[in-house]
Order: sequence, then C-alpha cells, then structure tokens
Amino acid sequence: MKTNTHFAFFDEGSKKEIRRAIMKAVAIPGYQVPFASREMPIARGWGTGGLQITLSIIGKSDVLKVIDQGADESVNAVSIKKLVHETTGVELTEQTAEASIIQSRHRIPEVPLTKDQIIVLQVPMPEPLRKVEAREYMTKRMHSEDDYSGVWLMLFEQIMKYGKTATSADHPVYVNDRYVMAPSPIPRFDNGKMHQTDALILLGAGREKKIYAVPPYTNVESLAFEDYPFTVESFEGQQCLLCGSTDVFLDELIDKESGKTIYQCNDTSYCMDQLNKKEEAEVQTSYA
Amino acid sequence: MHEEPILQVRNLRKQFGTGCKQCSDIDNRNLEKNFCKQCGTVYACQDISFDLYPGEILGIVGESGSGKSTMMQCLYFDADVSSGEAYISEPILAGKNVFELSSQQKRSIRNHVYGMVYQNPVQGLKMNFSSVGNIAEKLIAAGNRNVSEMEATSKRLLESVHIPIHRMKEEPRNFSGGMQQRVQIAKALSNNPPILFLDEVTTGLDLSVQANVLDLIKNIQRDLGISMIVVSHDLAVIRMLADRTIVLLNGEIIEQGLTDQVLEDPQHEYTQQLVYSLL
Repeated sequence: MKTNTHFAFFDEGSKKEIRRAIMKAVAIPGYQVPFASREMPIARGWGTGGLQITLSIIGKSDVLKVIDQGADESVNAVSIKKLVHETTGVELTEQTAEASIIQSRHRIPEVPLTKDQIIVLQVPMPEPLRKVEAREYMTKRMHSEDDYSGVWLMLFEQIMKYGKTATSADHPVYVNDRYVMAPSPIPRFDNGKMHQTDALILLGAGREKKIYAVPPYTNVESLAFEDYPFTVESFEGQQCLLCGSTDVFLDELIDKESGKTIYQCNDTSYCMDQLNKKEEAEVQTSYA
Repeated sequence: MHEEPILQVRNLRKQFGTGCKQCSDIDNRNLEKNFCKQCGTVYACQDISFDLYPGEILGIVGESGSGKSTMMQCLYFDADVSSGEAYISEPILAGKNVFELSSQQKRSIRNHVYGMVYQNPVQGLKMNFSSVGNIAEKLIAAGNRNVSEMEATSKRLLESVHIPIHRMKEEPRNFSGGMQQRVQIAKALSNNPPILFLDEVTTGLDLSVQANVLDLIKNIQRDLGISMIVVSHDLAVIRMLADRTIVLLNGEIIEQGLTDQVLEDPQHEYTQQLVYSLL
C-alpha cells in the first residue's frame, strides 16, 4: 500500500523550520545551528541530517544526485534517492554536471561544482572540539570565544605520536577565518574543494541535530602548523585501473587472484564518464 | 627604592549564596566562622587586599576552609569574584580591573601572564595527552603554531624539572604524583609567565619528593625572577619559600608581614596558636 504523502515527505511547517536553520547557517559560515531533527523513515546515522536538508530545499524542477562514498549505486544512496523520488517525483541523475542538488556521504565529486548547484553533506559528528571536550555547553563557549587550542593540540599530539597529522578524513578547517568546522568525513583530498567554491555547501547532522554551511566563495582553510603543512592523500604513480585517471581520489583494493594492490576511481560516475568518452573516441576513429 | 607591585588586589570578596538581612551588612555580618546560620551563605573571601612585588614569593597560610583556594581560583579566573578589583602592571592592562574584563581577555591573561600549579594534577593536566602535548597546549593557546619550536621548548622545560627524556611523550597518568606535579610546573612555566600561582603543590607528596619540588621552585624564582603566590597550610613550606606571608582566617587577612616576623613573633591569637602547634 502506498499512502499519499505531502510533497517532499515533510509538512510545510517542518520545511520552514529547517530552511530557517539553513538560512542562519549560510549567514554565519561554519557556525553549527541547532535544529529540531525529525524522525525519518531511515535510521539516524544513515544520512538523516542530509536527507532533511535535501527534502526541505528540493523543488519540482530540481534534479537530484545522491552518492555514498563516491558511489551512486550503494544501498544507502539508492534508498535515499528512492524516498525523495517517490515523495517529490523529481528527476534523478548520476551525472554530477546535470544535478542541481547533490546529497553526498563522505565525498565531494571530482567534477567541479557550479554556482547553480547545492551540495548537501551528511555529517556524523559536527563538533570538531568533541574529542577534546565532551560537554556541549563548553564547546559552545569555546567556539564563541574563538578558543581552538584543543583542536590544535589534537593535531600536535598526532604529530608527536606518528610524525604527521593522522586525520585520514574530517580534517578540521577554518571557515571564513572565524569558525573551526568539521568538514564531515571527506578525505583530506576534498578539503581544498571547499575553498572559494562556486556551489553552496550545506552540512546536516541528524543525530546531533545540527546544520551548518559554507556559502559560495568563502575561505576554507585546513588547519596546519607552520612546519607541518597540510597535505592531501598522495596517489603518485598510481592510476585508475578502469579509466586510467591519475588526478582523482583512488580507492585501494586488493586483487583477489593476484593478491596485488590495485587502484580504482572512488567517484563511480566520474569513472564511467571517462570510460564512455574513451569508447566514443574509439568508435569515432574506427568509423573514420 | 620604591617598587611598583606587579599585582594589586583590592577588596576581593567571594560569597556563595545570596545573603540575608542578618548577614548582608558588611561591617557587622553576624557570622559563625564564615557562615551565616540564618541563610547558609558562605563568605569565603572577605575584603582581601594585598600587593605582589616583582620577584618575590608571597605565602598564604591558613586552616582548611579559610578561603585560600577560593582566593586563588578567583585570581586565576577559575571562579568569578563577588566584588573586588585586581590590577596587573602590564602595559596593555594598565589601570584595568582584570576581574571586569571579557572572558577572552581573561583567557589571554591566563595564557600570557599567569601560570598555575594546582594541588591536584588532574585539574592542571590532560592526563591522556602526552607530557610534551600538555606543555604545548599552553604554547598553542598563546598563539604558537610551530611544532618543532614547541617540542624543543617542552623538552627543555621537562628536562629542567627532571623528567627523563625517554618518558616525555608518555601521558602523565602513567607518572607518579611527584612527576605529575613537576610536569604541571613545567607547563605553568612554558610561557615565561611573570606571575605564578602554586596551590598546595607539595601536599600529598612524600618528603624527599617534596624537597625536590621545593628546590625546583626556589631555583625557578632565583633564575627567572618570577613572582609567586604560594598557598599552603604547611608552615615549613612557607618558611622555606616565602619572603612575605599573609595569614587567612575565615576569609579575612588577620596578619601579614615578613615571613620570619610572622612565624617568630606572631601577633594575632590564631597565628600564635598556628605557629605553636607546629611540631
């Protein structure tokens, strides 16, 4: 049985409340705005924060793309796409360039975003200070007083222990030279894509009931010490075994038969695109 | 020669509770010790004024509950004062009552002007961060962003408080009480603060370690010329360290003067009792 839901699942009151939180988040880049996170048909921790943002901002003319760790076809991405499609009827796409709203878990797509796009990131832990301070009222105070020595200390400890900063993902960033923000668990590779981006970045944490944002053309700077500059994951000398791309974020896989380490594009739609282009070129040359 | 005090404290008051008719008159509080029987308000610090001069060690003695620690907490901004003023002779703070500054400015004073060694190292240290990290925390808070520089400073400080080099990256929770206290002292010294607060630093340490820590404090004062306020209920500690001493009772200063003078020729009845009860 399929009952008729309201457009985009939410009632208009809920959408209004969430949009207000989004407006505030955009007005204060990097500041975590509390909001009344709703019960969703998916469990908390599975992207309810991102989903609530998507459902609040989506309109009939929007085109939606949902990715999970770079993949368009993972279960989570497919379920979210289905839910939004069934309640709104909007068009779905896998092409980054075609989408007007991109909801993503832990990646920013390889294709550069444009000013007509909004990227919605799902956030498990919005508070960059949580590891140093467990109490919410204290972290709020620390943000308001611009007291970020705790985050720096965390990075310092990592350097002492491992000789380098050991944040594999979610490396904290300074937004608009004011708030330190958790960029959600995107790899360090993607941190740079947030800086002065053309698109609007919205971040939603459903379980933690927080929404924050990076408006277009905002400075986003990854935290780094003077003598330990910020570095991204290096895939030097490696390329995608399917499409041959080199300057993208690669997944490291073990080939079961040969036992060798192989690399593959993490962004599946980008990889597919590259393959199609190659094939097209091959077909054209063979006809000529 | 007339010297300018580095820290002036005037009429510091701290009460816990709102007070009532019976106890709100400053001149006639009608208290049982420092406690109002009517409404239960505790007057922990009542009208405390003193000066701290550059390079001197000022001792504060008094029994448990006399307001020593509360006074320290107020000075270090761990607790807000009920009323009172304090002035620090730093160019940017000239003429400003530091109790009335914003919490950001207070934090800046803590990071640049003050050092604090708590009685319990748990309060002063992050037990699950490395010792080097603990010292760096204060340097980071003061704006340093250079890892090798901070590491070098931390190592130098830990060496000066006799923490073996090979244990520098270990967490203080693995250390003995005396070692933890020494890490705390190293941390407090990391920004070369002109003012250092020591709250019962040797309490709970065994005698040989106590002597060690006291030696260290004395050396620091001699070498760096840091002004210190030392709170202790142990008169032997005060006798060894302090140039001048203040005696607190029920939140009030009852006697003050040169340490020798206070201990050899106590004027107030309570001080006499305190000195003569010394074994």
